[in-house]
Amino acid sequence: MDARRDIFQAIADPTRRAIIALIAVQAMTPNAIAEHFENSRQAISKHLRILTECELVKQEQKGREIYYSLEIEKMKEIDLWLEQYRKIWEIQFNQLDSLLLTLKNQK
Amino acid sequence: MMHNLLFDFTVDKSTKTVTITREFAAKLSLVWDAFTKAELLDQWVAPKPWTSKTKYMNFEVGGRRFYAMVSPEGLERWSIQEFSSITPKTNFKMHNAFADKEENPELPGSDWEYNFSEQNGITKVHISIYNESLERLERMIEMGFKEGFTMSIDNLEKVLTTLS
Repeated sequence: MDARRDIFQAIADPTRRAIIALIAVQAMTPNAIAEHFENSRQAISKHLRILTECELVKQEQKGREIYYSLEIEKMKEIDLWLEQYRKIWEIQFNQLDSLLLTLKNQK
Repeated sequence: MMHNLLFDFTVDKSTKTVTITREFAAKLSLVWDAFTKAELLDQWVAPKPWTSKTKYMNFEVGGRRFYAMVSPEGLERWSIQEFSSITPKTNFKMHNAFADKEENPELPGSDWEYNFSEQNGITKVHISIYNESLERLERMIEMGFKEGFTMSIDNLEKVLTTLS
């Protein structure tokens, strides 16, 4: 696995986001996934490979077919990361609250 | 303190846009100044223990703010904001890009739009940020958090509790 790959790379591409949305509902084979897109089967395989490398999807062998499904735990990382970002804003705005209060009192 | 004031934060990954709405218990003119005057911005925009240092700011269309976020160790992270549209006490737009200390921008940056409105002495600020890349967003977080920000750890614990 390429260490540089991460979940943000996975969701940076619209086709990969669409794949995520599809397999979030149910596990699917690469063929079934490809039927939802105009892209070539090869292109879809490449996206699935990247998603796998990012550990955002997992593969499961069922009989002759490989099914792809979503690693829900991994998706939570995105939420955690966004939460940090939100937190920075919260801190900034609390600082602004204090500043505004100081400015009002000066008048 | 003032927890009843609205704070809304959403990220639309498909449009690469972050939307933030926040209310402040102050008159619009004061809030507008806090967002558009360097000496006031420097007092609040850096999440502590970082500080903000504005080298210069020309708040006019085509004008710039060149500033740095300074870490407790003195590490400076420079950025350029270029103002593309200003409607006093209502709206302004800018392009924000990371830069080196010689004011050379690292493109692409992000596009910011601020809207201000007041009702009953409460001022609402609506910010929308369009980012070309998610990596850039990630760097913005790093700036605030890499330097041992204990609050993020507290927060992480809280989120983990919620998720588990």
